[in-house]
Amino acid sequence: MTDRSGVEVRLENLVRRYGTVTALDGLSLTLAPGELVALLGPSGCGKTTALRLLAGLEEADGGRIVIAGNDVTGLPANRRNIGMVFQAYSLFPHMVAWENVAFGLQMRHVSAVERKKRALDMLDLVGLARFANRYASQMSGGQQQRVALARALAIQPQVLLLDEPLSALDAKVRSRLRDEIRRVQLEVGITTLFVTHDQEEALAIADRVGVMQSGKLEQLGPPTLVYSRPATPFVADFVGLTNRMQGTVRGGSVEVRGTSIPLVQPDVSDGPAIALIRPEAVSIDGNGGTDEGPLVGTVIAVAFLGAVSRVTVDLGDTTVLAQLPTSSASQHPAGTRVRLALRTDPVLIQREEPAPTAS
Amino acid sequence: MAVAARSIHGTRRLKLQVFRTVVFVAAAVFFLVPIGAMVEFSTRGNSGQRTLEYWKEILAYPDMVQAIVASLELAAITSVVMLVLLVPTMVWVRLKLPRLSRIVEFVCLLPLTIPAIVLVVGLFPMYIWLGTNVSDSILTLALAYVVLVLPYCYRALDAGLGGIDVKTLSEAARSLGANWLDVMWRIIVPNISNAILNATLLSVALVLGEYTIANNLLYNNLQVELVHLGRANAGVSIAVAVASLLFAFVLLVVLAFIGARPRRMHRDPVAMLASPAVSSQK
Repeated sequence: MTDRSGVEVRLENLVRRYGTVTALDGLSLTLAPGELVALLGPSGCGKTTALRLLAGLEEADGGRIVIAGNDVTGLPANRRNIGMVFQAYSLFPHMVAWENVAFGLQMRHVSAVERKKRALDMLDLVGLARFANRYASQMSGGQQQRVALARALAIQPQVLLLDEPLSALDAKVRSRLRDEIRRVQLEVGITTLFVTHDQEEALAIADRVGVMQSGKLEQLGPPTLVYSRPATPFVADFVGLTNRMQGTVRGGSVEVRGTSIPLVQPDVSDGPAIALIRPEAVSIDGNGGTDEGPLVGTVIAVAFLGAVSRVTVDLGDTTVLAQLPTSSASQHPAGTRVRLALRTDPVLIQREEPAPTAS
Repeated sequence: MAVAARSIHGTRRLKLQVFRTVVFVAAAVFFLVPIGAMVEFSTRGNSGQRTLEYWKEILAYPDMVQAIVASLELAAITSVVMLVLLVPTMVWVRLKLPRLSRIVEFVCLLPLTIPAIVLVVGLFPMYIWLGTNVSDSILTLALAYVVLVLPYCYRALDAGLGGIDVKTLSEAARSLGANWLDVMWRIIVPNISNAILNATLLSVALVLGEYTIANNLLYNNLQVELVHLGRANAGVSIAVAVASLLFAFVLLVVLAFIGARPRRMHRDPVAMLASPAVSSQK
C-alpha cells in the first residue's frame, strides 16, 4: 500500500514565461504533509502551469520546487516520483487496466508477480478490481479516470497531482468521483495538488483552496474562509455569486440602500463604492405591498436549487440575488412585491464603475 | 407508405450491391488478367504442355538469385532506417516543436515531386564518392531508397500518430518513471503499430519495384536483373516477375492479417476469480 505519511511540498517564487506572456509570476505555495490543496482560477490564470512545473513536465524560468526537503527543480519528470492524473483520458490504449496500473512499477523494476498483485490492490482501492482485464475503450470515462488514479498511486508517489481530472465527465459521475478521490486521498494520506476551474469541486474536497489570477495567488485558505472572507474583490467575484451594490463608505462601514454594513477592511477612505454582498446575506423581510423604499422590489425569477432557491429581485435601478430556503422562497413567486433585508456581516468593497446587475 | 419506403430502400441497396460487384469484378479482371497471362506464359512448354521448367531455372541464374537477395536486404534495411529516422523525429516534433511540423512535412514530401531520374543525377556524384571511399556494395542504395520512400511512409505514420494523444500518453508515461526510450518503445510504438506496418509495407513494395535509380547508378537489383534476364530468357524473367508479385501479395496479406489481429483475448474471468489477489473482490 502507498506511503501513508505525506511530505511537505514547497513552491518558492516560481516564474514561467511563454514568450512575452508571464504565466506564473512569482508563485509561492506550501503544501503541508498529507494536505489537499486545490488551485482554482479562470482559464489562463497559471494554475495548470504551476502543476506542470511541479510534475517536471515544464521547466521553470525562476524559483525553486522543494519536495520533502529536496530541491527537485532541475529533476526530469520521470525521476520526481510524482503521480499525476490528467484532464484528458490518458490510459495506455494497448494495455488492460491492471497493466496500466502496473506500468509505473515495471519502470521501477518490480517483479512481474509483485506488480500484478500491487496493481490489483490499487484497482481494489478505487473499486475497480472487477475491471482489471478491460481496455480503456471498454470502460466509461469515470472508470478510466479511476484507473488513472490507481495508476498514479501505484508507484507510491510522494505527491499526487490532479489536473482537472473530472472536467470531461458528466455532472453526476463528477460529484461521485470527486468524493471518491477525496476518500482515497485521505486513506492514502498523500500530499495532493488539485487544479480545477470548478469552484464547487475545489470548495468540496480541498483542505485549502488557492484562488489564482494572472499567474499570482490571490488568496489561500480553508474553503469556508475563502468563501466567507474573500481577500480581494476578484476572489469574491470568482468564488460563489456576488451582488454588486452601489453604496457609500462612511467611517469604516458602507451604507447600502439604507443599511449600514461593516467592512472587512475598515481603513479605507470615505466615498462611493460597490459593496460585494453574497446572495445568502440577502433575505426577504416580507411582502412589499404598495410600500416604497430602497429595498422594495419585484420578484422576477425564482430558481429552484433543491433545499434552497435563488430569487432575483428587481429593485428598479438594479437587480439583486437572494438565496433562501425553498420553503420561504415559494411564498414569493415571480411578480410579487417583496421587501429585502441585508445581513450586516462584514463585506468587501470595490472602487470601480458600478455594475448594473448582480453577477 | 412504409412498404413503399422499404421497397425504395431495397432497390437502392440492390443497385449499390450491383455497382459494388461490377467495380470489384472490373478491378479483379484488370489486375488478374495480366498476372494470369504471366503465369500462363511462364508455365508454357515448347510443345504446348504445362511445365515448371522456367521456375526451376531461376536458381540456375546466380546473378538473379543474388539480385533477389540484394533487393530483399535493401527492403529490410530501408524499412528499418526509415522507421528509426522517422518515428522518433515525428514524435519529437509533435511533442516539442509543433511549429516545425509544416517544415518537416514539406521536407518529407519533397521526394514525391522530384522525378527519380533527377534524383539520380543528384545522387550520382555522392555514389561515386561512396563507391571509392566507403563501399561499393549494392546495399548503399538503401540511402537513396530511404529518401524515395519518405513521403509515403511519412503519410502513413502521420495518420497513426494523429490517432492517439501522443502528448498526454507520453507525459503520463514520463510521470510514471519512463525515460524517453521507454516512452517510445513501450507506449508510442505499440499504439501506432498499424501505421508502422503500413509504412513498412509501402517501403518494401517500393524497394522491390524500384528500377530507375538502381539501373542508373549501375547496381543490379531485382528489377534491373529482370530486365537483363528478359532479354536472354523471357520465360525465366516472367517467372521471377510473377514470383516477386506473389511475394508482395503474400507480404501484404500477412501484414494486413497482423494489423487486423484482434486485441489479446481477455483472460478467462474464472481464472481471474481463482487469482488470490482478486478473489476477495468477487
